[in-house]
Amino acid sequence: MSVRVQEEPFDLGAEVDRMTAGRRDVGAVASFVGIAREDNPDEGAEPVIAMTLEHYPGMTERQLAEVEAEARRRWPLLDSLIVHRYGRFEPGDPIVLVATLSSHRQAAFDACAFLMDFLKTRAPFWKQEETASGTRWVAARAADDAAADRWTNEDGG
Amino acid sequence: MKVLYFAWLRQEIGAAEETVSPPVDVATASELIDWLIAQSPQHAAAFAKRETVRIAIDQAFAEPTDSIAGAAEVAFFPPVTGG
Repeated sequence: MSVRVQEEPFDLGAEVDRMTAGRRDVGAVASFVGIAREDNPDEGAEPVIAMTLEHYPGMTERQLAEVEAEARRRWPLLDSLIVHRYGRFEPGDPIVLVATLSSHRQAAFDACAFLMDFLKTRAPFWKQEETASGTRWVAARAADDAAADRWTNEDGG
Repeated sequence: MKVLYFAWLRQEIGAAEETVSPPVDVATASELIDWLIAQSPQHAAAFAKRETVRIAIDQAFAEPTDSIAGAAEVAFFPPVTGG
């Protein structure tokens, strides 16, 4: 299991190849890549030209490791990876990668979704969007809190 | 004690971090905010909507009522928006 916070791009195929190399016990790999997009969900808002992500070095790695450890407690994962980038991104640029390996698909699927939902509400990153009329800090979304909450409601934890 | 600011708090205050020595009766994160607000108009502006500000003490999420005694690093920032 590992967590990386980096400015440079990542290669999903290379990461999965590295994680599965030499293993005979992996039956399922699930992965998610989050990409900077142009659409702005706020009504009447302008298209996003670019976004800049800043983070809290040190706390970010700790929080991501904690989220990953929680996934490992809940599902029988053979390996997992979180790569989160920071810096300036244009629409189409990949920002975050999550990959989970398990013997069977359900654990891999569920753990992958869990990792994304939890990191969105627990990892100290902040997005600032650039539009034609200037920059603005992205507000936290209630939908993201709800997505994270469903994992605590399901098991009563 | 080192105090860190991120996102719009950093912009309002005009600094990413500062070293402060509040008096000993500043015991909680909330009291530290009260004390910082009195330090400059920039601090007062940054904490104007203090109910939206999130807190970390030594790189772990904390509540306003949590003690800052012995803390090396206290951070203030908006709700997170990564992923």
